[in-house]
Amino acid sequence: MSETLVRLEGVSKRFGSAPLAVAEVTTTIVGGGITALAGPDGAGKTTLLRLMLGLLKSDAGKLTVCDLDPISHAHRLREVVAYMPQRFGLYEDLTVFENLRLYADLRGVAEQQRAETFERLLTLTGLAAFQSRLAGALSGGMKQKLGLACALVRAPRLLLLDEPSVGVDPISRRDLWRLIRVLAGEGIGIVWSTAYLDEAERCERVLLMNDGKLMYEGVPSELTKRMAGRTFHVRNAGEQRRAVLAVAAKRTGVIDAVIQGSNVRIVMAEGAATPSPEEFSKDSGVDIVAVSPRFEDAFINLLGSKSPAVSRLARASDNFRTTEPVIVAKDLTRRYGSFTAADRISFSIGKGEIFGLLGPNGAGKSTTFKMLCGLLRPTSGEARVAGLDVVAQTSAARNRLGYMAQKFSLYGDLSARQNLDFFAGVYGLTGAQRHDAVKRVTEAFGLGRYLDTNAGTIPAGYKQRLALACAIMHEPPVLFLDEPTSGVDPLTRREFWAHINALVAGGVTVMVTTHFLDEAEYCDRIALVYRGRVIATGSPDDLKSSVRTQALPDPTLEDAFIALVEADDRTVAA
Amino acid sequence: MFVRIWPLFVKELLANWRDKANRYVLLFAPIIQLLIFSFAATQEVKNVPLAVLDEDRTVLTRELISRFEGSPQFSQVIRLNGVTEIASVIDARIAPAVLHIGSDFSRRLSAGQPAQIQLLLDGRRSNAAQIIHGYASEIVDRLNGELVQLGRLKGPPSVVVARTWFNPNSDTLWSTVPGLFAVLITVVGMMVSGLSVARERELGSFQQLLVSPLTSTEILIGKALSALAIAMTQGIIVMLIAMYGLGIPMEGSMMLLVAAMIVFLMSVIGIGLFISSLSDTQQQAIIGVFMFLAPAILLSGYATPVANMPDWLQTVTLANPIRHFVVISKGVFLKDLPIDVIASHLWPLALIAGVTLSAAAWLFRHKIA
Repeated sequence: MSETLVRLEGVSKRFGSAPLAVAEVTTTIVGGGITALAGPDGAGKTTLLRLMLGLLKSDAGKLTVCDLDPISHAHRLREVVAYMPQRFGLYEDLTVFENLRLYADLRGVAEQQRAETFERLLTLTGLAAFQSRLAGALSGGMKQKLGLACALVRAPRLLLLDEPSVGVDPISRRDLWRLIRVLAGEGIGIVWSTAYLDEAERCERVLLMNDGKLMYEGVPSELTKRMAGRTFHVRNAGEQRRAVLAVAAKRTGVIDAVIQGSNVRIVMAEGAATPSPEEFSKDSGVDIVAVSPRFEDAFINLLGSKSPAVSRLARASDNFRTTEPVIVAKDLTRRYGSFTAADRISFSIGKGEIFGLLGPNGAGKSTTFKMLCGLLRPTSGEARVAGLDVVAQTSAARNRLGYMAQKFSLYGDLSARQNLDFFAGVYGLTGAQRHDAVKRVTEAFGLGRYLDTNAGTIPAGYKQRLALACAIMHEPPVLFLDEPTSGVDPLTRREFWAHINALVAGGVTVMVTTHFLDEAEYCDRIALVYRGRVIATGSPDDLKSSVRTQALPDPTLEDAFIALVEADDRTVAA
Repeated sequence: MFVRIWPLFVKELLANWRDKANRYVLLFAPIIQLLIFSFAATQEVKNVPLAVLDEDRTVLTRELISRFEGSPQFSQVIRLNGVTEIASVIDARIAPAVLHIGSDFSRRLSAGQPAQIQLLLDGRRSNAAQIIHGYASEIVDRLNGELVQLGRLKGPPSVVVARTWFNPNSDTLWSTVPGLFAVLITVVGMMVSGLSVARERELGSFQQLLVSPLTSTEILIGKALSALAIAMTQGIIVMLIAMYGLGIPMEGSMMLLVAAMIVFLMSVIGIGLFISSLSDTQQQAIIGVFMFLAPAILLSGYATPVANMPDWLQTVTLANPIRHFVVISKGVFLKDLPIDVIASHLWPLALIAGVTLSAAAWLFRHKIA
């Protein structure tokens, strides 16, 4: 069962003059289980996978895959290794079945085996009913499954998956995960690369990477165990949770602090004394409870975090005073022909609130988000931001909102300073005003050393900072975030949210859409969008407790998400 | 409004300049094309063989033939022995032209009667044929002139010569470059504007731009002006190289040409932005740009005269901005075209610019919101 499939001995790879993308990695990967290749974007995961596939040649070290040299035995390697890249090369104008047949042709699958293989794969992926549908018309999750089926047309000994769960909603992710489990049960060795540490935690083994280096290899729980006794919840912080977080960030001995619903989760340094509730709040309701450690805590510890991130963003002058709701959606509807992407969506968001928009792919969450920030014109209904009608007063409304997208969407060929100057300029800042704004964000985000570097080539963490800097330079009272921290390492994510918390403390209202449920935990309130409608609203804790059962006494936000969507499916079916 | 357009304008210029590959393409490609097309791809005909059937065989005809032999345009002179050989020479493409001197040529000439030389041309190579005709006429004409000077010619000259106007030296560079100039600035203007929106869409920065207070009209103006600035700079460089490097005269007003360039480029940029707003990727934009460029250049009168096209097609070319600008460019470079003639081509350009820019603005507003 556990034959050694991959052997790496001191493998290194460098691109140009950049630091090593993969630095002297020595490890083995065994069959019959899922090995997570975990780490943030840019950690070297994809490079390592490509080295194993013989798509890249290593600069140093020895590497064998299924006892073959990936470069000199490339041809034989292709017969035993299957690979699913981040964006699988599906032919969108071919049907599901035609795609399968094409890949069978390309990989030389014998004619007599095809009928049986196709049937098995179609059943496995649940695509049997969609054989004649064009691949381009499938949902994101189904495309991912079809990609997987195409990669499996020739039964491999080793399956390499490059971030299969990126951009996939929790429900599709769970399906995919089940599918991979079945394959692992059949004895195929599986490498699952991921930036989500909760996924890594569920694998039999993990290779944890950062900056090209292998930080840890082994059973995830072994690493997590090292954190035992060091993780706590500051319970019932409720309204004060951001204040508690700020206190925790300054206390010595705390190496990590994040908001989870109405609690603040803290991780202590090794040997540090357990803090008392009084240190965080005078409120007698606040309590400290030991909780079980997570894999992410261990990673943070490995990364050598000394204390939680603190934002240097000065409290912005709060020049937008209102008691009215800041973001209002009133019967927002968007139709595409006969298809209703968003159906009478209504909610209102108060000042200084972080509001999350969650939902499966294609449920209408992005449509709603786009209508609120003026990227999409609603068919009917009203969208108001900071007191202005987004449709009627588009330009004025946009002046009051900041926007940051998941994908790095600045100008890569322009230097950081030129990007800042440009965005300051289009938001109407001129002369001294612009100079001050650029100076202010440069200091707050520590961008000084990269000001004259092309934005496309600065490190990922700094790109993130630059993007946020560009979005808030004009001090907008409203901030729209579209999956802001997907794929970034946990430290950068914490730093990002520290900045967001500082902005919120200054009166900024934040709307965020995400697939990443850790991000959703930072929200004050969440709206769950499904089939174009809001099916639930409430704080993360409300949503969790709404699905609490005896079988599931401590549901996670992901559990809540899935349960609520399934409950809605049942009501619609009934 | 200007406050917001200016940073966009600067950003567009920087983005085009700081992309290394883009910078070199924009800077050097038009100049290299200018030099290649004007030297390598001129319409000049050199080193072609010429077949001669001399039935007269006198001192005069021998003198005439030796001039053909000495001319750099003809590589060799093939002597034929009878009329029957003419067809085979043309058919087998041994020579594109046959010079046929009748047996009574000298006699008629000395008798003061009109004497003719027949030049048979291969119609399949119509362009070359036309040019050879020009060369041949010129050689015969020169001989006529010398005979008159020597007093040996009393009657009318031997061959009617179609003189080439405004290009007395038969310098084909002169007729090529002004047209080429029009084509090159079209390509630069189209590429810069055609890629601008599509590039941002592909990179993901377009959304960021769309949520900014910039209105779609402002984005369009910013992008149009930056493309105009780039194409104008490039156009002026090409113009100066043409004048001082290639020695093309500037008979008309340079300022007038520059002003016409602005109107012309706006019409082209309107088309470029229209294509760009339709495209989701740069690849689609490039295909779109070439779908327009290829027929537009063919129907511009740059390579083949508009007058040679069927009537209905000539009407179609009126909507082609390049066609109007080729006339203006050739006119201003070579013959100080009268202002009213320029105006008659300028207002259609302004009209086309108005239509294409409004169409781009309309599409821009409707495709994004």
